[in-house]
Amino acid sequence: MCKIVDARGRSCPEPVIMTKKALESNSEGVNVIVDTNVAVENITRFAKSKGYDVEVKENNDDFELNIRR
Amino acid sequence: MGSKRKMFIFGGIIGIIAAILMKLGNPGNMGMCIACFWRDIAGALGLHKAGVVQYIRPEIIGIIFGAFSISYLTGDFKVKGGSSPLIRFILGFFLMIGGLVFLGCPLRMILRLANGDLNALVGLMGYIAGIFIGVQFLKKGYSLGKNYDQPKIAGYLFPIFAVVLLIFLVVKPAFILFSTEGPGSMAAPVIISLLAGAIVGICLQRSRICTAGGFRDLILIRDTHFLWGILGIFIFTLIGNLVLNFEKFNFGFTGQPIAHNDFLFNFLGMTLVGLCSILLGGCPIRQTILASQGDTDAGITVIGLIVGAAFAHNFGLAASGNGVPTNGKIAVIIGIVFVLILASSIVLNNVKKVSKDSKGVSANV
Repeated sequence: MCKIVDARGRSCPEPVIMTKKALESNSEGVNVIVDTNVAVENITRFAKSKGYDVEVKENNDDFELNIRR
Repeated sequence: MGSKRKMFIFGGIIGIIAAILMKLGNPGNMGMCIACFWRDIAGALGLHKAGVVQYIRPEIIGIIFGAFSISYLTGDFKVKGGSSPLIRFILGFFLMIGGLVFLGCPLRMILRLANGDLNALVGLMGYIAGIFIGVQFLKKGYSLGKNYDQPKIAGYLFPIFAVVLLIFLVVKPAFILFSTEGPGSMAAPVIISLLAGAIVGICLQRSRICTAGGFRDLILIRDTHFLWGILGIFIFTLIGNLVLNFEKFNFGFTGQPIAHNDFLFNFLGMTLVGLCSILLGGCPIRQTILASQGDTDAGITVIGLIVGAAFAHNFGLAASGNGVPTNGKIAVIIGIVFVLILASSIVLNNVKKVSKDSKGVSANV
């Protein structure tokens, strides 16, 4: 079961910090749920810089980022 | 490189506009300054009585309209709030005190630097020091907590405030104060300032440029994305000034417009600004943009900035070209100590909560 990080409602840069910490303990990948475009952009940029692929799915007002090696 | 180039271009547009606004009448090295402009608005509303800094700056109205409209069209407009509003108000308040002791927000610091004012370099070092301290709190688990959906109308209050300001600016009722001398009397034509503000608001909203975020991301995650925006502002203001305002270009520490050369308090004032910006999740520009796109916590922060500006002038804390008054020095030191205690106590609180939660989970298992 993949680790899910719920970063909804968090102001900048908390979603990125939460993703960073989750990836440190789950280096294969994590799923992150956020609710702003800015968080999607920031996390995607961060994860790609660390060599991960990012797939974004939109559910109603939220976004789920599937971050994988 | 694509995203960095985009940041650089967005920053460049803002930089050129700042140089043009200075050419067209805005005060020296103040083509655009979020702290100074909110302070001028506080004065125009009669919240402080410093007669030389009272004007409803159309740039601010334009920025709000620009950011609101584009966020509405692109789906970024979301009405949220409820993440420690009172703490955000206090941080906004002290941010403004630091800014008015240095004499400018981080944006004006870049503009000052791009016109040769080396006092801004001292301010920049202080700003980075404050950001560095703030990042340590973030690493230790600092958070102001989650925000939540708010009634739709709450998101329109800030743009409505901008409409009211525009009406005051045009109608000029007797209770609205306009400087007849000093920086508050120096201004580019209203229509141009409004349009320039709108373009800047759109650029800032789309790019998400944040002067604090630029340095924070470099320290925290070794990311230079937003720094390219800051670099764009600097380089294009420099070029714009050399072309448009060459006679005003002045390299050095002395004789700089609306600036002083008290090294220690240029440094410490911006340390306070940097620290508060990181704890808020964004500098004054970013807070103004967020407030325009439905973030009611950022709206409270901006009210903190306005009240901070009013107190800064009513209590004689704000600096001037003559230097920093004793009250201002005391206020900056109190501000730094107070904000450090506030952030430490939030970190301690969050750490306790996390360990309590994880104990709860293991007990369930």
